[in-house]
Parts: sequence; structure tokens; C-alpha cells
Amino acid sequence: MKIHEFQAKDLLRAAGVPVLAGKVALTPDEAAAAFTALGTPVCAVKAQIHAGGRGKGKVQGGEQRGVELAKTAADAKRIAEGLLGNTLVTIQTGPEGQVVRQVFVESGCAIDRELYCAVLVDRRVGSPVLIASTAGGMDIEEVAAKTPELILSEPFDPDRGLGAYQARVLASKLGLPTASWRHAESFFRTLCQAFVDLDASLLEINPLVLAKDGTLVALDAKMTFDDNALFRHKDLVALRDEAEEDPSETRAAAAGLSYVKLNGTIGCLVNGAGLAMSTMDLVKHHGGEPANFLDVGGGANVTAVTEAFRIILSDTHVKAVLVNIFGGIMRCTTIAAALIEASKTVGFTVPVVVRLEGTEVEEGKKILAASGAKIITADGLTDAAQKVVAASKA
Amino acid sequence: MSILVTRDTRVICQGITGKVGEFHTRGCLDYGTRMVGGVTPGKGGETVADLPVFNTVAEARDATGANATMIFVPPAFAADAILEAVAAGIELVIAITEGIPVMDMARVLPVVHASQSRLIGPNCPGVITPGQCKIGIMPGYIHTPGHVGVMSRSGTLTYEAVWQLTQLGHGQSTCVGLGGDPLVGSSFIDILALFQADPETHSILMMGEIGGSAEEEAADYVKHHVTKPVAAFIAGQTAPPGKRMGHAGAIISGGKGTAEAKLTALREAGIEVAESPADMGAALVRAVEKRRR
Repeated sequence: MKIHEFQAKDLLRAAGVPVLAGKVALTPDEAAAAFTALGTPVCAVKAQIHAGGRGKGKVQGGEQRGVELAKTAADAKRIAEGLLGNTLVTIQTGPEGQVVRQVFVESGCAIDRELYCAVLVDRRVGSPVLIASTAGGMDIEEVAAKTPELILSEPFDPDRGLGAYQARVLASKLGLPTASWRHAESFFRTLCQAFVDLDASLLEINPLVLAKDGTLVALDAKMTFDDNALFRHKDLVALRDEAEEDPSETRAAAAGLSYVKLNGTIGCLVNGAGLAMSTMDLVKHHGGEPANFLDVGGGANVTAVTEAFRIILSDTHVKAVLVNIFGGIMRCTTIAAALIEASKTVGFTVPVVVRLEGTEVEEGKKILAASGAKIITADGLTDAAQKVVAASKA
Repeated sequence: MSILVTRDTRVICQGITGKVGEFHTRGCLDYGTRMVGGVTPGKGGETVADLPVFNTVAEARDATGANATMIFVPPAFAADAILEAVAAGIELVIAITEGIPVMDMARVLPVVHASQSRLIGPNCPGVITPGQCKIGIMPGYIHTPGHVGVMSRSGTLTYEAVWQLTQLGHGQSTCVGLGGDPLVGSSFIDILALFQADPETHSILMMGEIGGSAEEEAADYVKHHVTKPVAAFIAGQTAPPGKRMGHAGAIISGGKGTAEAKLTALREAGIEVAESPADMGAALVRAVEKRRR
């Protein structure tokens, strides 16, 4: 689950990580009032969307950037006007962009240097790791690719937390003045603790700022949480902003389906994430474009399959659907019955190609054949892919 | 031989009194697995599928001589169940449970690695040595005894690959589901080492996914340590960056873990790459034939 920058900063502030004062504004007037209330000579007005790259991003059809500095309340109002209700396109949103519904007005800060840091779980090490770099404010992926030696990394045990010495090692390698080391110790250790306590999956501070007064400040904050741990963080669930999420994806999640909308014309309904990804690959291999990723999971029943069809067919770009089921625990007879039910209640408005394999496959095929439902059956992956691609182009 | 499990492996099920635990315990029994008992705290003394239920793993081990466990405990308690199995000295711990918090696994893994136990999973279909022992949720009938070692980060994709192998007349020595989570107990490299050392395994088929660097590391290991023919497939070659595709592990960010990088690494290590998911079994056959020439 993703949250907004201002929400992440509220959480960090509560955890004791230094962040700047700021206010959320839903209207240009609120942004002007926030500027006045904050009382600093300069404020940053920042679009709040669930995507990064805002500083370089621009609103559709304009020059307004996602983050700009305001020196007066009138500036803040003008920038907020340029953002609110408009669609911001950044390197992470894709060309369709995301609508800005709120802005964050944040007080300024006298910056000495910009750094980068992030906490995440490193699969190779098998533990959380604090990453830091002197290349702050830049595209960190590019830094990692071109100058990996500039990326520093300190793994830590979730229960012991980051050692004070590890924070000093980083402070030293980052070239921070020794007078700032105690700030760095506190900043890094508190940040790592917050990551563990909140069951975050990513906590990225870019830029992390060395202020002129020698303290460290989180100038930006990007935070995502481990969905599997949300059961023990009811307070975090309340931070979910469904307006930032794809409505079909939200609906699918409620039905226990894993769905990701894509831009193609072939709807996919598959059991298992790996097979679902492979099915998309297969469609593409045969010249089609997948319209979605959809994993019905291991325990799919009639309700789930029907809902899956509703979601897939509600995408008007879909010209054909490929159902690819390898029945293991899920029996092919169950999926066949669910398909017939879905054909009755949802109605197949486009050709549906079905490939069944696995447990009770012969009985499942018989059920489908006897039902008279409008289904194109396929034997094997290649046959299925060729048939669905042909159907989508017919 | 085979790896990890044989007809002599004595298996208990943690979470045996749950609906899913009981269902799959019966499935394993039907396959011929030597299921010897189960564990559910507070339900000691009951029986499930004619197997004795114990309150703790240590009691179950002492009474049954179990050396492997299959875990179906719900996600919130699964990490504790793994730790209990390790503390009881169970050699092979197979965690099927899906949805365990990553931070829980970050706490569990150092304990597992410091012990004598091996952990497979979590969020995996399990391990099967065809014709001998099935521990997990995979459909048994698609497998056939033979000499291909199979390992994968994904469940149904493994079934697909195994089915293709079986239809091509290539049986399997052992099939291992590593699990789709970011932190799992055993890596491709751990299992590659076992397959390489196993005389019954003559070739290896692996299915990877986008995200992370496990496949690149596996490729490097194959290059230097594996003499048997290896074929591989990477799922998610067409997935757009930054989108989570069901498996928490399958996220591409910033050019790391892309399918392209993985395919290049695999090819450079002399691994036969499957062009599409329909080509997995055939790729293994090509890898074996190339070696014969």
C-alpha cells in the first residue's frame, strides 16, 4: 500500500525523524493561507500523488511542474491553481498521468548539501538495509547503474536495529562534518526503527538534506507498506487513498483477485501469479497485447470467477479473453461450472478462449461442451494463444 | 536418490486441524507420503485422517520420529511455527503459508541459517519426489519419476513445466517450489548445489521471475559449479515496470531485475532459455541434446 508524502511525514515526525513543518491544501486559497501560517520566507508547494518524479513532471498541456518554490502567499496560490484538479505526468505515472487532488505546502530550509537515503528489504542479504548516497536529489537508479560505488549500504537486524557505529560509518563515508555525526546517528537509527515498526516495504528519502545548521532533514518521503502486515496496523489502513488507485484494481482486491490493468486488448484470467505473468508473455509472443494481469488464486469459486469476468469485460478495450487454468488444487470441473455461470450472469460480449489442464480436465471439458456456452476451447498454451490473438483481431 | 525428500521421509503437518491443512494432509497420504502426525496447539490427543495430533512440534517429533514438516499455519502465526519447527530440530521445514509479513521472515531467516534445519518457502507449493513423497499442494498425477530436477519461484507455472516434461517423456527427480515472497528460506543456488550433487538428477529446469537478482546469481553459480545441462524460463518478460504482479517479489524497479538482464545472464552461463512458457519442456530437451553432441 502506498501513501502520500504528507502522510509519510506525519508518521516520520511521530517516530522522531526530523521533517519540516507543512500543511495540506485542497484549494488555492488554502495553499495561500498555509504559506502565511508557516511564516518562512520560502515554501515548497508539492503535488500529492502516489508517484515519484514530481519535481521534473509537468501538468498535461502546461509548463506547471509538480513541485515549485513560492516566495509569497500569492505565489503559493498560483502554483496550487496550476496543480489542483489538473493531471500531472511524471516518469512514474505513465503518459496518462495522475490527477492532483491536494498539495502539500512545506516550509523552506537552508540547504547545505543534498543526499539520498532509503530503507528497504534486501532479498540477497535477507534483511532490511539502509542505503545512502552523496548523489541526492538525482535519479538514484541511474546513479546505481553508472556509479555503483556511490551507493553505500548497511544491513541491519530488525530487532537490534541499525547500530550507532553503522550510522557513523555512513556519516563518515558521506563526508558529513563531524559536528553532524550525532544528528546522523539519531536520524538514521530512528528512520530504520520507523521502517521496522511500521512494517514498511520501502522508505525513501530523496533528497535527504544536510541543513546549514548541521542537522539532517527529510525533505521528501516516499513510503510503501507490506500489504501482508497491514492486519497489525489498522491505523495505517486508514491512510489508504482509494482515489489514487485504479477502481478496477480496488474492486478486484475486494473479491480476493489480484488484478493489474494494462493497455492491451486481450483480457487474461489465470490461476497463479507466475502462470498469469507467463500467459501475458505468451500472448505477446504471439503478437497480441495483454489487457490485464489477473490471478484468480488457488481457491477460485463461482463468485470470484464471475467478478473476474465483470472486471475484465468492463474494460472497453478488451476484444477477446483468454482463460488459462492449470488445475491443481482447483479442479477443472469447478472452473468449468464457474465459466458457464459467468457466461449466463455477465454475458460474454467478446470471444472467450478457454484452455484447461490439470485435475479433472476431461470432465471439465465435457461440462463446457455440453453447456452450449459461447466458448472457444484450446489444447495447450500455443493453441490458446494463437486462437485468442486471432479472435482479438477478427 | 533425489533431493530433500524420499519415501523414508517422515512428515508432520503444522496446522493439521485447519481445513486446508487437513485437506492437503489427506492429499499427501493419498500420494503415498509417510505422514506421521500433526501439530495444533491445544488440540493434542485428537486425530486427523487417522494421524495423531500433538500440542507442540517437539512432542510430535519425539513420538513419531518426524524429520520434515509441512506448515499451513495462518500468516500471522506462521513465522512462530517455523521457529518452533527449527527449535525442535526438524531437518526440513516446508512453509506453504501465503501472506507472511516480510519483517517476520527477516527475523526468522537468521535463526534458520544458524540452525541445522533447511527452510523451503514460504508461499510455495512444496516439494515432491515423484513416486515417493509429496509434501505440499501440487497435483501429484502430473509428475512422473525420472531425472530432471525442477525448481521455481511460482506454483502453477511449475505445474505447467512439469506437465510439459511429463508429456515429452522426461520424468522428474525432485521438484522444488522456492516460493514467491521477497524473503524465502532457500534460493536457486541452494537447490542447484543439491541437484548437482544428486546422481539421480541428470538435468535441471528452473523457472524464474522478473524482480530481484536471484536468477542472475543462479546463472553465475551454474557457470562455475554446475556441470549438468540447465534450461530456464523467466516469467513476466512483458510486465510493465513498477507494477506488482501478484508475487511480492515480482517488481521491477529502475532497470534492476528486468527480464532482459536475467535472460542475458542465463545465456552467458550456457543455460538454454525457453522463448515462451509453451517452450519450457522443449528447452530442457534442447539443453540435454546439446550436451550429447
